Amino acid sequence: MRNKIFGLTVLTTTLLITTLLMGGCSGGENNVTTGNRDGILHWGNGTDPQELDPHIVTGIPEHHILTALLEGLVAKDPATLEPVAAVAKEWSISEDGKTYTFKLRHNAVWSNGDPVTAHDFAWSWWRALQPALGNQYAYMLFPIKNSEAYAKGEIDDFSQVGVKVLDDYTLEVELNNATPYFLQLLDHYSMFPVHRPTIEKFGKPDERGSLWTRPGNFVGNGPFTLKEWKLFKRVEVVKNPQYWDAGKVKLNGIHFHPIENVTTEERMFRSGQLHHTGSIPIDKVATYKKDKPHLLHTYPYLGNYFYRINTKLPHLSDQRVRQALAMSIDSKQLTEQVTKGGEVPAYTFTPPNTLGYNAKSAFEFNPEKARKLLAEAGYPDGKDFPVTELLYNTSESHRKIAVAIQQMWNQYLGVNIILNNQDWKVYLDSVGNGDYSIARAGWIGDYVDPNTFLDMWVTEGGNNHTGWSNPRYDELILKLAPTIPDRAMRYKLMAEAEAILLEDMPIIPIYIYNSKSLVHPSLKGLQPNILDYVLYKNLSLDPSLSGVNIH
Amino acid sequence: MFRFIVSRLLQAIPVLLVVITATFFLVRAAPGGPFSAEKTVAPEVIKALEAQYKLDQPVWQQYLSYLNDLAHGDFGPSFRYPGRSVDELIAGGLPITAELAFYAMLVAIIIGVSAGVLAALKPNTPQDYVPMSAAMIGICMPSFLMGPLLVLIFGIWLEWLPVSGWGDLPGDKILPAITLGSGYAAFLARLSRGGMLEVMSQDYIRTARAKGLPEWVVVLKHGLRGGLIPVIAFLGPAFAGLLSGSFVVETIFQIPGLGRFYVQAAFNRDYTMILGTTVFFATLVVLFNLLSDIIAVWINPKLRHQLREGK
Repeated sequence: MRNKIFGLTVLTTTLLITTLLMGGCSGGENNVTTGNRDGILHWGNGTDPQELDPHIVTGIPEHHILTALLEGLVAKDPATLEPVAAVAKEWSISEDGKTYTFKLRHNAVWSNGDPVTAHDFAWSWWRALQPALGNQYAYMLFPIKNSEAYAKGEIDDFSQVGVKVLDDYTLEVELNNATPYFLQLLDHYSMFPVHRPTIEKFGKPDERGSLWTRPGNFVGNGPFTLKEWKLFKRVEVVKNPQYWDAGKVKLNGIHFHPIENVTTEERMFRSGQLHHTGSIPIDKVATYKKDKPHLLHTYPYLGNYFYRINTKLPHLSDQRVRQALAMSIDSKQLTEQVTKGGEVPAYTFTPPNTLGYNAKSAFEFNPEKARKLLAEAGYPDGKDFPVTELLYNTSESHRKIAVAIQQMWNQYLGVNIILNNQDWKVYLDSVGNGDYSIARAGWIGDYVDPNTFLDMWVTEGGNNHTGWSNPRYDELILKLAPTIPDRAMRYKLMAEAEAILLEDMPIIPIYIYNSKSLVHPSLKGLQPNILDYVLYKNLSLDPSLSGVNIH
Repeated sequence: MFRFIVSRLLQAIPVLLVVITATFFLVRAAPGGPFSAEKTVAPEVIKALEAQYKLDQPVWQQYLSYLNDLAHGDFGPSFRYPGRSVDELIAGGLPITAELAFYAMLVAIIIGVSAGVLAALKPNTPQDYVPMSAAMIGICMPSFLMGPLLVLIFGIWLEWLPVSGWGDLPGDKILPAITLGSGYAAFLARLSRGGMLEVMSQDYIRTARAKGLPEWVVVLKHGLRGGLIPVIAFLGPAFAGLLSGSFVVETIFQIPGLGRFYVQAAFNRDYTMILGTTVFFATLVVLFNLLSDIIAVWINPKLRHQLREGK
């Protein structure tokens, strides 16, 4: 007893010393060096994947992993974003643009050796539409005839949905309208095929979270197969020798590292633990630009940062007030001095050059005109302007932007706006219920077509939330544009609709997002594009560049 | 002693029940649901999801069925990770967080106690001021500053230690353990200095010295025993605090432990996960408090005596 404390102290000391010296200093090789030698790519992948079931997940990290594990009918050329053959070796489109016939390649197989057939796609899409599965991206399938009615339970008979298996290797898809971007949708994970026998082995087809996605169970048809899924640690995939194009796959595997904290991610990159980061801390962009521009990759992204205006509020229902607010935001100054990440100021809602589509910018930074409009609306120099709140979800960067814009409105219009930040989920509730005056928002396109930016503003659209409504706009987006197969003609109608939107200003575009990442020089084959879309089978690693100094 | 432990365990039950009930209703009262997202989710999808997780039932019914599941050791399915149960997530993260907390505790005890004892031996000299000032800095410096600072020096400039990870690279546990432990080390230093100062002026220390014992025996054998009582009383809650407070360190060092998804669960409104981790941590806090009481009784003859007399 008397010696217990003494003994305990000695014991703990010994333990601690052993622990801390266990392995001593690292000095070993980092991930980049070993990865380059073994052909393993180390990829910083944002948040931890929720699931690996393509009909359940909703996030970008999951998207990255699933494009390595599964393959749709068509893929995209990362350089042009035009569709390229994947499981389908060729396809034809009927004259009215409504019927697509896909010829599947005979050498496409699942990782267990089963052939990938047209039945697999029909069954997978049937599964993706099952209401009990809770697939939040089921709407990606809605261009297919009757699929929306089926998903909503209005019809029970799947044979009425426009998916028809003509033979094992021929699939015919009938659409509601000519949907020129239909091929774009096919490499979204919600359209990926899943292996029916595997899913049925581990549960009901519409069961959420059955064990079929675990390593050892997962059967895929992509260039890689699932080897390991350590929660919060990493997902490991290895090259799939059964993949039809395996000869072209240069990597032996990929480790997807879930790293939520961008600062940690940047430190990991600097110490050679990652080849590629998913993002970069905003305050580091300038340093990298100046000192290590060859490591920093930025590219415009198919998404934008904007403010919603609640048009149901009396003072904000006045179009002149909304225009005045928009015209007094100097987004050039904002992107150069506040966000500083190389973002592009936005004067249209659809990002410029969205697969050849360019909207005409209908407004510009013009404080003089803004003041005049506000005076016309009855608030000269901001006098008697009602209390207005600017809502954003809690985040340092949103706050900085909001403060800058608050100052601009005060300086140019003389109005005082109150800032209000809310936790993400509370903010979503407030915006969804129209319980705000002006609210920060962001929108990432689901596919490369102006429609993904414009169909949200139709009357009572699920993502509208501004209370704005315009009959001509609805007609253009819902009735006229969808029926026109010709791209140029359709874009013309879209541009007309966007002009109405920007004239009425229920939203204020602020800037176009850009993708930012740090890339180790040994990683080759990345092709920048506005979707930040990566075709992993094109990537390779050059061991001779392992030792490049990245500090 | 047995009666003491049993009565303390019985007292824990109403405490936990209050924690469960309050958390259960508070998370449901918070605005924003678990399935809301930036892109509006179709109402039929929300309905299917709510039915799946029994959120379409009346709240009292959800509460009763939750208590029933809990009584059977089932924390329910996680809302955010469809294929995972809360039990599975806790079981996955706990060993890692516990290991981290254990090493941090070792760091805290060794650095803290030796600094405190050294300071107490020569009070009001540089041998006192230096470690105590260092301790003050340690208390004041938050781990989100300490962590990146250590990483910058030892990980990036000197390249001695890995900047992140847990059990992947040799030595990657050192920096997180020091970061998490340093704040507690500082605290322990102050506690043990105070304890030692008091004990070293007692009569039995003078007796020990009078017997002609060497000074180090006096300090280690006779002094420490009494001087460390406040430290030991603090260890139980401190260990519980280390377990539940490792969020920042786990984020900085990319450690797949419990602390990280405790906080994430709240942001995600992952009801079952919030409840599961809260109940779990509450139980830990209760248990560790009990444990430190038991150790205190075992070490402190005065308390032991009181207990034996039926107090």
